[in-house]
Amino acid sequence: MKSPAIVGLFGLLALAGVLELAVFVEFFPSFVVPRPSDTLMAFQPVQDDMDLIGNFFVTLGMTAAATGLALAIGIPFGYFLYRNPTYGIAYEGWLAAAFAAPTVLLYPLFLVVFGRSHTTLIAMGFIPGSIPIIIQTRQGLLGVSRTLVNVGRSFNLSEQEMFWKIQLPAAVPTIFTGIRIGVMYTLVNIVAIEYLIDFGGLGRIVSEMYFRFDTAGTYASIITVVLVSVLFYWGFGRIEKWLRPV
Amino acid sequence: MAQTGVIQNKAAAAASERDRSILRIRLVTLIGLIAAWEAFATLGRLEILYGDVIPSSWMIALAVFNELTSAEFYHHLGITFAEHIVGFVTGSLIAIALGISMGVNPLLRKAIEPYINAIGSTPKIIFLPILFLMFGTGIESKMAKGALSAFFPVVFTTVLGMALINPVLIKVGKSFNLSKWNMISKVYMPAMVNPVITGLRLGMAITVIGVLVAELKFSDGGLGYQLGIYYEQFRIAPMYAIIVIIFALAASANVGMTMLQDRVNRHMAPAATKGKGRRPAASGNLGVVATN
Repeated sequence: MKSPAIVGLFGLLALAGVLELAVFVEFFPSFVVPRPSDTLMAFQPVQDDMDLIGNFFVTLGMTAAATGLALAIGIPFGYFLYRNPTYGIAYEGWLAAAFAAPTVLLYPLFLVVFGRSHTTLIAMGFIPGSIPIIIQTRQGLLGVSRTLVNVGRSFNLSEQEMFWKIQLPAAVPTIFTGIRIGVMYTLVNIVAIEYLIDFGGLGRIVSEMYFRFDTAGTYASIITVVLVSVLFYWGFGRIEKWLRPV
Repeated sequence: MAQTGVIQNKAAAAASERDRSILRIRLVTLIGLIAAWEAFATLGRLEILYGDVIPSSWMIALAVFNELTSAEFYHHLGITFAEHIVGFVTGSLIAIALGISMGVNPLLRKAIEPYINAIGSTPKIIFLPILFLMFGTGIESKMAKGALSAFFPVVFTTVLGMALINPVLIKVGKSFNLSKWNMISKVYMPAMVNPVITGLRLGMAITVIGVLVAELKFSDGGLGYQLGIYYEQFRIAPMYAIIVIIFALAASANVGMTMLQDRVNRHMAPAATKGKGRRPAASGNLGVVATN
């Protein structure tokens, strides 16, 4: 009974039970917190009305497009910074500052340029996604063991062979950490912008449900976003663990 | 000895040449970016590309000046600042208390950590409708959003800090029969100041974003509100000005917290290492994945 997972699950179910009772006896007004059972029942209507699954794929598509763009630009740029150490040092601080900057607030600029379109969502996902990929690609290549490089040299490998056969495979775990962070930031930013501009996939559904005063539907759509984030977090965490040497 | 001196001089000359190259690269990049911006602005003025959406840099500078000299700007800054401070302090205190509880009680930690990790990786903005339902669309919901944003990075680093405490210190505390409060105030807190400050630094940056984004969605005051109004009125130069000011304020807060952390690091470093070489700065690493 002292298994942490069971205790955690039991705690969650107990919390849901207490909440159900508290709303039932009108301790909490149901227009603020719906009964957990009502939230569970709301998934089907939200699916029927707003196509939750279809919109999940819209958000997924935007995230994939933005991540693809971030990879296409981030990895070559990270490699450039590795090959040119002076540029690497010159831009290192700027990249760290850009990573910490509130880039999500730039969305009005993109709205002005691209309008309320998928391009705005992809651009807003690309910016925070590309920075960790650039930083980690450079870090990964800088961290390749000298011994591995010397082995490559002893085999008279060309620059290209050295990159594809030695440096890139050795740097993959670190680069993937950047990709994982990048994907999470891309997803978060895209859902956030979808919610803010009422356009796109899952974020738009949350906004729409709130505007309809459908409290149970709002909670159901929020839970869906949480589940999608957890799926991404868990999935990429597993891949990263698999790529890391023991 | 003479050879050592020659090598040191050569190394110093190489380092100085490298510093000059870095400065040159940064300056050229900055000039290139401004030139590219001005080119787009000119194309916009000529109605060739993105008409009126990219104002020239001097117009933005003028708009920044106008904002900084208007009373209305400080009214909105005050609202954002109040929301930020209340949210940040509340969220951080709850996070530190929970982080310590999780550190002291391994069962509690293992039971709730998966849920905290799960919610920590989601976009917190998605919880705004719940906060609006609970606290209304006024200043209180922005404070709550600030608290929610600050909570996760601080709780993550507090739990990490608790895990990294030297077990000998805990044993010493227990051997002195310290009460729970004395254990927290005399053993746990001093031993994990550095990770907690890292969390506070991240939390502060994320709270700024969280509060501003909430203001952008629904509010009647604050810098995020002002940004939204300028966007709706298509007043592009003031809109850029607000973004520039927000970025500058966020960067200043981050630099301030980093300096505080570096000072704490210096203060808390073992005496044997004090003053020997440069310790790594607290900034610049991609540690905790904290989302807004």
